Amino acid sequence: MLTEQEKQEISEELKHCERPEAAAIEALRVVQKKRGWVSDASLRDVAAQLSMTPAELDAVATFYSFIFRKPVGRHVIALCDSMVCWSLGHDDLYKLISTKLGIGYGETTGDNRFTLLPASCLGACDRAPAMMVDDELFGPVTPETIDEILSKYS
Amino acid sequence: MEKMLLKRVDIPNANDIDVALKHGAYGALSAAFGMRPVDVVNEVKRATLRGRGGAGFPTGLKWELCARVPGSLKYLLCNADEGEPGTIKDRFILHQDPHLLIEGMVISGYAIGAERGYIYLRYEYPKAIGILEKAIEQAYAKGYLGKNILGKGVNFDLSVHRGAGAYICGEETALIESLEGKRGQPRIRPPFPASQGAWRKPTVINNVETLSNIPFIIGMGGDAYAKIGAETAPGPKIYGVSGHVNKPGVYELPMGTTLREIIYTHCGGIKGGKKLKAVIPGGASTPILTESHLDVKMDFNSLVAAGSMLGSGAVMVMDETVDMVNVAYVLVRFFAHESCGKCTPCREGTAWLYQVYTRLMHGEGKEGDIDLLLYICETVKGKCFCPLGEGAIQPVLSSIKHFRADYEARIKSGVVSH
Repeated sequence: MLTEQEKQEISEELKHCERPEAAAIEALRVVQKKRGWVSDASLRDVAAQLSMTPAELDAVATFYSFIFRKPVGRHVIALCDSMVCWSLGHDDLYKLISTKLGIGYGETTGDNRFTLLPASCLGACDRAPAMMVDDELFGPVTPETIDEILSKYS
Repeated sequence: MEKMLLKRVDIPNANDIDVALKHGAYGALSAAFGMRPVDVVNEVKRATLRGRGGAGFPTGLKWELCARVPGSLKYLLCNADEGEPGTIKDRFILHQDPHLLIEGMVISGYAIGAERGYIYLRYEYPKAIGILEKAIEQAYAKGYLGKNILGKGVNFDLSVHRGAGAYICGEETALIESLEGKRGQPRIRPPFPASQGAWRKPTVINNVETLSNIPFIIGMGGDAYAKIGAETAPGPKIYGVSGHVNKPGVYELPMGTTLREIIYTHCGGIKGGKKLKAVIPGGASTPILTESHLDVKMDFNSLVAAGSMLGSGAVMVMDETVDMVNVAYVLVRFFAHESCGKCTPCREGTAWLYQVYTRLMHGEGKEGDIDLLLYICETVKGKCFCPLGEGAIQPVLSSIKHFRADYEARIKSGVVSH
């Protein structure tokens, strides 16, 4: 069940949209903001509010990299593995983070603190290698700064 | 050249409307409203402005096609889905001078007869969402957006629509699908968006940088604007430079500045005093060039003549230590991940390319792999629904063309180099 607040926030989004389904991404993000991911039950509830079928909404939800249809950790690390970040140290950075957290791409730490994902170009090539943690961009990320960055997230 | 597009970017807090107004924001609005919409279109045609997003389509022509379609409901969409690897330029305008973009959109909407605009913003620019929403709110409060702008009877409403991580949404018909709340997969054309775009209404989609040029074209006049930079496609251009250079960043220079000047004069040359090996001039989907191309002018026609493209003007520089098989692998991995899956040549082609490169990366390359890669490219070339597939084969073809020795060495030795 969606909370009253979630329903209210989705209604707000609908006001900006020409048609209800145009709010699909934002509505899914409303759910994801509190719950971290979009469960089948949440998907059905959101679809009903947008006058879409669950299948229509799931087609949208599964298309985009930053809508999660599986549980993720409390924080999501999106490490850029595109051209410039790769040429300036992505592979070493990945190994370092992976060793520190004990997880690879697509995995979540046992304490549910972090999920690690590869990201397509973050548009921060002038600050490569770059990564996002939740909604915050970091770069250039170095072996010296990585601990400090991760320590911000509990 | 005096900065135009990035003039206010260096001014602290220029994303606040009061600061922006002190430095000339919204100054071109009244001039534009004093002209007939058709004259605004003609001014942009006289400026011979070409789109800055990647395809380089003449902006004035695109507008004219939409303006001529009868009907009162039209849309103006700003493509702020800056996802082409290497491309960073629009971020600077979005973060530091959103009022330049808004001003450009109000004028553009007036020219084509659109009273509703959207900025389609990529998810990966989370900082930009707050800045844009605040800027739009301020513009409404000061009467630069909304009903009866400047008391001239012009209406224009604007809001931001965010994506959720999909490179393909930078393709204009995929962007429209995503805006409508669907999977971001391209539409078949025709009909072109100018006649049937968002919600099947006439629609113009322009890039952030393209729209940001409009106030200057109106302010100085199309003829004066056309005298800046390259004769065939003039104007200022924001080059975003990254990779193995000493000073990565954005540089606003006259269109047609040479790669050598950009890399060695403005960006301080190659990091660590190393030699340049390769450069991608316009983002991941533009063919790779070499040291022998350093004197090529960075404009649409000159780069095509040199066998590449201007694309988004995203210059990615690689030094002598880089192995081009690795580069092609990383680029192909990106395209294989971002292929939307709608058409077979792109979906399968990028996946097959990725398989062959994965083998090469594991030191398991075989005799004949170069020919196999070229064959797969042939099955993709000219057969895809949208430009993504065409872009995906460019790093393969150009790296084999210029750096075949890297491939031969990899296949022969089986050694993986990094």
